[in-house]
Amino acid sequence: MLREMDKQKSSAEIKLIEWIEENGERIPIRHDGRRYDELRPISMKVGVLENADGSAFVEYGRTRVIAAVYGPKEAHPRHIALPDRAVIRCRYHMAPFSTTERKSPAPTRREIELSKVIREALESIIIVELYPRTLIDIYMEVLQSDGGTRTAAVTAASLALADAGIAMRDLVAGVAVGKVEGVLVLDVDEEEDMYGEADMPVAMAPSLHRIVLLQLNGVLSHEEFREALNLAKKGIEAIYKMQKEVLLSKYTEISKEEVE
Amino acid sequence: MARIFVRPRTIVVPGEVIAEGEEEDIVLLSPLLERHGNKIYASIIGLVDIREDENKTKVSIIPLVGAYIPRPGDLVIGLVEDVGLTHWVIDIMSPYKAILPLQEVIDRPVNSAIVNIKKYLDVGDYILAKITAFDRLRDPIITIKQEGLGRLVEGTIIEVQPTRIPRIIGKSKSMINMIRAETKCKIIAAQNGRIFVNCPNKELEEIVFLAIRKIEAEAHTTGLTDRIKEFIREEKRRRGVEGDG
Amino acid sequence: MSITPSPGTIIPKIKKYTIESLLKEGIRADGRKLNEIRRIKIIPNYIERAEGSSLVELGSTMVLVGVKTDIVPPFPDTPEEGVLVVHAEFVPLASSTFEPGPPDENALELARVIDRSLREVKVIPLDKLVLEPKKHVWRIFVDIYVLNHDGNLYDASMLATMAALMNTKLPKAVKDEDTDIFIIERNERTTPLDINYKVVTVTIAKINQTIIVDPNYEEEQLASARLVVAVDDQERIVGMQKIGMGYFTYDEVEKSIKLALEKSKVYLNELENSVRRESTKE
Repeated sequence: MLREMDKQKSSAEIKLIEWIEENGERIPIRHDGRRYDELRPISMKVGVLENADGSAFVEYGRTRVIAAVYGPKEAHPRHIALPDRAVIRCRYHMAPFSTTERKSPAPTRREIELSKVIREALESIIIVELYPRTLIDIYMEVLQSDGGTRTAAVTAASLALADAGIAMRDLVAGVAVGKVEGVLVLDVDEEEDMYGEADMPVAMAPSLHRIVLLQLNGVLSHEEFREALNLAKKGIEAIYKMQKEVLLSKYTEISKEEVE
Repeated sequence: MARIFVRPRTIVVPGEVIAEGEEEDIVLLSPLLERHGNKIYASIIGLVDIREDENKTKVSIIPLVGAYIPRPGDLVIGLVEDVGLTHWVIDIMSPYKAILPLQEVIDRPVNSAIVNIKKYLDVGDYILAKITAFDRLRDPIITIKQEGLGRLVEGTIIEVQPTRIPRIIGKSKSMINMIRAETKCKIIAAQNGRIFVNCPNKELEEIVFLAIRKIEAEAHTTGLTDRIKEFIREEKRRRGVEGDG
Repeated sequence: MSITPSPGTIIPKIKKYTIESLLKEGIRADGRKLNEIRRIKIIPNYIERAEGSSLVELGSTMVLVGVKTDIVPPFPDTPEEGVLVVHAEFVPLASSTFEPGPPDENALELARVIDRSLREVKVIPLDKLVLEPKKHVWRIFVDIYVLNHDGNLYDASMLATMAALMNTKLPKAVKDEDTDIFIIERNERTTPLDINYKVVTVTIAKINQTIIVDPNYEEEQLASARLVVAVDDQERIVGMQKIGMGYFTYDEVEKSIKLALEKSKVYLNELENSVRRESTKE
């Protein structure tokens, strides 16, 4: 018998977009005050876990993900090794306390799907041929979930791979675009994802202009899709810039004292 | 003619565009650089080096992070992990374990059915070896038969990130020779990130250890050799140690 | 954990080069044009015992979908909605590459993509499946059974799912007032399921730089990536999933979506025809 349940918002209570007047134009403002093309506050750190060969911690607003890379290392058991390339093993997982209601630690169908989707995104840019017969383990744990977890996870994993010195064609940056009350918005949070009309996670290797992760959950017209993809591209470029900065800062902080 | 987008000796990240130009104009000296269309991209966090040579632009990159991937000819310091009938399995701080065949240790024929080859090398021994072969299909093969190679008896082993070894050796061995001169220690830096150190006394050994850690941390800065020299001298003074008497 | 798959059936290099060079000339190994879909056969009501079913043949790919129903309490956060469950089995007899056991990540992904394509645009209005609010609702099980794998399991599965739902009839359910349980009389079929929209998926595959539609097994092995686009009968995009270890450029995505919207009509037409044929039989 179910004894308690989290209070559910009725659709009348949910107001995700408010329209305001600005310079004679009607501008949509989101429930957290953001403009349609505004990212949440994003922070990134690399080298946060000592044991891992590479690691990174990424926050998109309240969504928090930590990623760790172990490898390239000997493939165990032997039979999983591939003769001419590294094997990538990827685990996307949500901590039990990461969601509003406790989530069972056992892998869910969603986590299995996302582990695959993220692995495929990273496989397209890791230069696996340089590490034949080895294994590269990529772990992503969502510590707190507030929408856009898979895109924050792939962004963190990419930083962790770079931190581990694994050869990659480019970094991968991801963001989720949504449609909320008819408005296309960048970097959806959980409420916008749950009550909106569409949620589209996108990840790219931005320097190479490659789309490596693309999913749509919801309804969009062809035109809306084009706009949404463009919006995602803008967000991804900003996130990519941050990734580069955080990687460079780890290596240049000491050189600041140098006089050349 | 090639267009260069980065200043030499700048740190780049994966995906960064280093240069642009036709295939005939640009020579890539590292597998950690890739060409897509007309552009050259870095595949790793590293220091870019660009040189104009015979009308060609030569691009290389020194990785600042990454595991040791064996190359034939590399000097390595290995740790014996397992003893077989006719070979040893050696850990070389790499995703690949190295194989040291019996014939790369002993010249004369040995009947391995009678003799337990443990007596030549046992688990836990450190060896100075050279990679003789490595391709995609097999584990790297090493030898200790050449002059100067073999079991390392006295002294200590320091482990560093393999990507720092070039800096510890220095251009034309400038750094490692300086440390040797200043401390009178025997120092061998192997490509796989292990450094063998044998000093006249414990104090000097510690100083070498600290100096190496300092190089590791500041590897990508300039004027490092002089700074390390100063550091060593200061440490010797502080501890009242004579290293260059 | 998701791990790099070992290559499926290895395509010999000679065959690979042949297929690739043909593609550059705009032809496929089986004679199709780049934008041509294989022969489609939809047989509704294939399994009488099931409340709804359909067998679909897309070239040699064969997928059977069965719809079963039962009555359950609704989920606490949707007390006035029925329940939809989509499950997929890559049955070992369908391919030498399918192992017995629980659904692997590929089967799971397929089930979830199809589920989302049905759910997002509300193909089945779940609020029409309520027998007693907060207490008893219909639960619809869609079981996708792959019988022969010759590529493009998505489009075949989606067609079979849609066709099965379109001929699903809810059994008669009478409430026993004493026990407060609904008794289902499965032999008596009553109301057909309400269907709001028809949804199909169009799978686009990318081999080198060539974009093709409806890849067969070999083409899927050679493809670096696929894009599954779900389209409804209002020409809306109701789902999308990029699959595979490759990538798409902007232009390739745009090209793929245009092609998907165009080709969705072929699938939708076949669905219509199959339903019409079925109703003329009665």
